[in-house]
Amino acid sequence: MKPYSAWKVFVNGLTGQKGWDRAWRDPEPKTEYDVVIVGAGLHGLATAYYLAKNHGIKNIAVVEKGWLGGGNGGRNTTIVRSNYMLPGNREFYEHSLKLWENLSHDLNYNVMFSQRAHVTLLHSPAARDGAARRYNTMRLTGSDGELWDLETLKRNIPHLNYSADARFPIIGAMAQPRAGTARHDAVAWGYARGADQQGVDILQNCEVTGVARNGSTVTGLQTSRGVIRAKKIGFAVAGNTSRLWRMAELGKLPIESHKLQAFVSEPLKPLLDHVVVFGVGGAHFYISQSDKGGMVFGGDIDWYKSYAQRGNLPIVQDVAECATSILPCLGRVRLLRHWSGVMDMSMDGSPFICKTPLDNLYLNAGWNYGGFKASPASGWYFADLIANDRPDPVIANHTLDRFARGINIDERGAGPDPKLHG
Amino acid sequence: MLRISCPFCGVRDHSEFSYGGDASVEYPALDASESEWVEAVFQRENLDGVQFETWQHIQGCRMWIVVERDTRSHAIHSVRPAHEGIARALNAEQDGVSAS
Ligand SMILES: Cc1cc2nc3c(=O)[nH]c(=O)nc-3n(C[C@H](O)[C@H](O)[C@H](O)COP(=O)(O)OP(=O)(O)OC[C@H]3O[C@@H](n4cnc5c(N)ncnc54)[C@H](O)[C@@H]3O)c2cc1C
Ligand SMILES: [Zn+2]
Repeated sequence: MKPYSAWKVFVNGLTGQKGWDRAWRDPEPKTEYDVVIVGAGLHGLATAYYLAKNHGIKNIAVVEKGWLGGGNGGRNTTIVRSNYMLPGNREFYEHSLKLWENLSHDLNYNVMFSQRAHVTLLHSPAARDGAARRYNTMRLTGSDGELWDLETLKRNIPHLNYSADARFPIIGAMAQPRAGTARHDAVAWGYARGADQQGVDILQNCEVTGVARNGSTVTGLQTSRGVIRAKKIGFAVAGNTSRLWRMAELGKLPIESHKLQAFVSEPLKPLLDHVVVFGVGGAHFYISQSDKGGMVFGGDIDWYKSYAQRGNLPIVQDVAECATSILPCLGRVRLLRHWSGVMDMSMDGSPFICKTPLDNLYLNAGWNYGGFKASPASGWYFADLIANDRPDPVIANHTLDRFARGINIDERGAGPDPKLHG
Repeated sequence: MLRISCPFCGVRDHSEFSYGGDASVEYPALDASESEWVEAVFQRENLDGVQFETWQHIQGCRMWIVVERDTRSHAIHSVRPAHEGIARALNAEQDGVSAS
């Protein structure tokens, strides 16, 4: 497989685009692999990529029931940031952000990572104090964070609703300048191509329908393309984790599946070159502008458990209200599309990258609605866990038994109710 | 919009209600073992299919109800008051028997 370059874009532009290879193969499943990852979302693909690249394991398959990147990986609002506060999360998300900063080069694939800053609006002195605490804590682990006063904010984003009569007048913002957005599809394609180049078999239209066990070992996976055996198996199926868990007869999980919607407007001329977050008095809203000009935004989950991958109307109203309240200039802009994905909401809002009750089964799940930014580090640490059969200290507490041990990682302080995290 | 038939108020939009959670969870006695409590508070079946779940009619009668709903299609199969005693009384009344 030949590397991509500006030169090749130029040459192919002159020669009718005939000089490109397939980005990845479409192989037949082998009967046995060293490692099989279930789920070709961003986490599964990144895991396979780092297993091959960092750990030299090449006999790997990623099995996917649909097409790669067709799940949440290709449905999200693409926000990347590392402004988390709790130990474990802080180091993890900062490592992820560092990987993002070099990802296009590493993959030889333009993931269009744009560090346009993540700007959370502040509406009260108490919120500003909370932001100062969070950002000071973050800076201890080397993440960047700034408090912006009203003047700085107005200089950066002049057209927000700064009216003193607003229901929640804006008094400033907290900003993470290194945060931003990336192109989600390109991340899936880049990791898929990078993994495939190292010999990983990506098996699409290959649904896992059963997990065969012999005592505490998984012996193989029944799939729609035949039985596949593996020495080690990793689940990275996001909102479908409980289904796979039941196939392995492992009982319950501290996870509920909920759906989250995303929205995109008709394309506009350049309007917003930051990610803006509005969260006060029950509102929860985030917005950015894509490179095609569409306003990309989202809000809360739909509040009731669902596997339907189909959003409901009250949230459309919610986000429209939030949009027009902070950016009244969007009032007459038309909504182009909205869609939804099934989220693996955990009991404390934090993920699991851990071993399981079965010797050769590993779990990657519980991403709530923040798993896009996590993809590089998630793949990195999950690959390390699978290869070395022990967790890196950074993910030592991202285990299923943390609730029994009383070490919940609850960024929001919302308590054990999955729908309240995110 | 889901339409939920509140046993007290009639059919209403789901946006009038607040979602509780899995109604099959049974909380153990206060002095039960820690592991029983961990199980009840944190562990979930997370069914893909028909489940019983609690909702509160927060912008109506404020009663808690149990809804039988398919989490794949959102189809609602039944609704009853969450409080067993009230459910019994309501049933009895519907059957024409005095609830007193
Ligand atoms: C609307 C929306 C907005 C979001 N916004 C953001 C954001 O701004 N920032 C952020 O950080 N995160 C965001 N997220 C969260 C993020 O997208 C997810 O946490 C992340 O993509 C989950 O990991 P994944 O990519 O591996 O999942 P997925 O892409 O869902 O991958 C899981 C894969 O497993 C496959 N699978 C399931 N069952 C089986 C089976 N039985 N056999 C084989 N394959 C199977 C699925 O088909 C799927 O392709 C958002 C999510 C949504 C839905
Ligand atoms: Zn009612």
